[in-house]
Amino acid sequence: MSILSADFMRLAFATGAIVGVLAPAVGFFLVQRRMSLIGDGIGHVAFAGVAAGYLLGVSPVATALVASVGGAVAIEALRSRRRAAGDQALALLFYTGIAAGVVMVSAAGALNANLFAFLFGSILTITGGDLLLVAILGLVGLALVAVLYRALVAVALDEEAARVSGIPVGPLNVVLAALAGVTIALSMRIVGILLIAALMVLPVIAAGRVAWSVRSTMLLAIGIGVVSVFAGLTLAYYADLAPGGAIVLVAAAAFAVASVPAALRSPRRGRSGA
Amino acid sequence: MPLAVELQRVGFAYPGAPPVLRDVDLAVEPGEFVAIAGPNGGGKTTLLRIALGLEQAQTGSALLFGEPAARFGGRSGIGYLAQRSDLGIESPVTVREVVAAGRVSRRGVFGPLRRGDRAHVERMIERVGLADRSGAPISTLSGGQRQRAFIAKALAADPQLLVLDEPTAGVDVDAQESLASLLDRLHRELGVTILFVSHEFGAVERFVERLVLVRGGVVFDGDPVALPATWHDPSHVHP
Repeated sequence: MSILSADFMRLAFATGAIVGVLAPAVGFFLVQRRMSLIGDGIGHVAFAGVAAGYLLGVSPVATALVASVGGAVAIEALRSRRRAAGDQALALLFYTGIAAGVVMVSAAGALNANLFAFLFGSILTITGGDLLLVAILGLVGLALVAVLYRALVAVALDEEAARVSGIPVGPLNVVLAALAGVTIALSMRIVGILLIAALMVLPVIAAGRVAWSVRSTMLLAIGIGVVSVFAGLTLAYYADLAPGGAIVLVAAAAFAVASVPAALRSPRRGRSGA
Repeated sequence: MPLAVELQRVGFAYPGAPPVLRDVDLAVEPGEFVAIAGPNGGGKTTLLRIALGLEQAQTGSALLFGEPAARFGGRSGIGYLAQRSDLGIESPVTVREVVAAGRVSRRGVFGPLRRGDRAHVERMIERVGLADRSGAPISTLSGGQRQRAFIAKALAADPQLLVLDEPTAGVDVDAQESLASLLDRLHRELGVTILFVSHEFGAVERFVERLVLVRGGVVFDGDPVALPATWHDPSHVHP
């Protein structure tokens, strides 16, 4: 039987195609600004959102979306106002999010397989409604990245120079944080809350190993993201694996392969000159 | 026409530390090429940050082209090279991409650069002598070439005011001379106001019209030729 003959796999591939493009496109700017781990922090807040959905009896995807966007903007607010250092703001949200999630999930009596599908991704649970939401918000997110690309690159290159020359750095940072929140909420069905940050980061750092410009890094990262999702979903289908783990391991393998040329170019260690 | 930069009785101290600046007065006319020099820790970068509205003076006032610096509305007319040569970006980045980023403030944050903007970016790259390296990753450039690329970025927005904080730091003597000549040429050709901040000013001394020495306050302000010989040593303790 062909992998695409099953409805759930067609839904998974369609959703995965959008996630595979969106996650590296947004993650690109997080990596450039040395905020690679922010996705993990937002993921933990999204977990609290999923738990709130179970507790309140509403769509966990919707509550996760609200929680992750709110959490991302809160991290940015703490960071920009210097109320807390970047890593402290992240830690605060990271632990509060996971603790709130655990408390709400246990209160809702929802420690079950559905919850694990959110944590590690599942190819069986994606619905037509999920695909529609991912398609609409994903395309809006990608359009925002495309429209703001030059300005986001300018801020990433030199935030202070951008501020001096009048580029609205604060609003752009909030937009980027909100985009990260949306990406995580949309991607959790496929990759899982605990692994989505990896899909935002690994393709970008893999691409950075072989790229020669900002533009080529972005395009290669998107390519690696899409290939990782498709290859990971295929592996998950045939080997009956959690898709999140399979997708991230493919992305990690891409990083290892991309690192080979640089490793071959660098001088051997341990050799001393005469 | 208002002054490009005007500081009046500016005082500043970081929390829990002694004052960095006391009663600083500074007036820079449009079109001037001014070097602001002094020892490390003397307050020149703080002075610059106050002049640009990045820090708020605790006493006195700071104006940019006649407007309060913190609320200055013409920021797209400021080209700024910060005090470090590394970029905040992890990805490989070409000279053209760096310079194009400098055009965003003039072009606006939405959408790609137009054909005219891209042509302008190429002209700025050419103006700083990097036309043959425009597609090269900036990491492959020498320190001096890298600073030229950053100067082209600062010029890409057609600035009225070009502010360079320690542009010659970490650059060899030949490259310092070359950068100073480039700035002199840009000043003459473009008529842009230049503030050149450095802990040493040897490279630009023969080009600048005015030298301001900062050590907690302004201890010298005038033609570099009038500077007492012993004061050329930045570690010199001024009265």
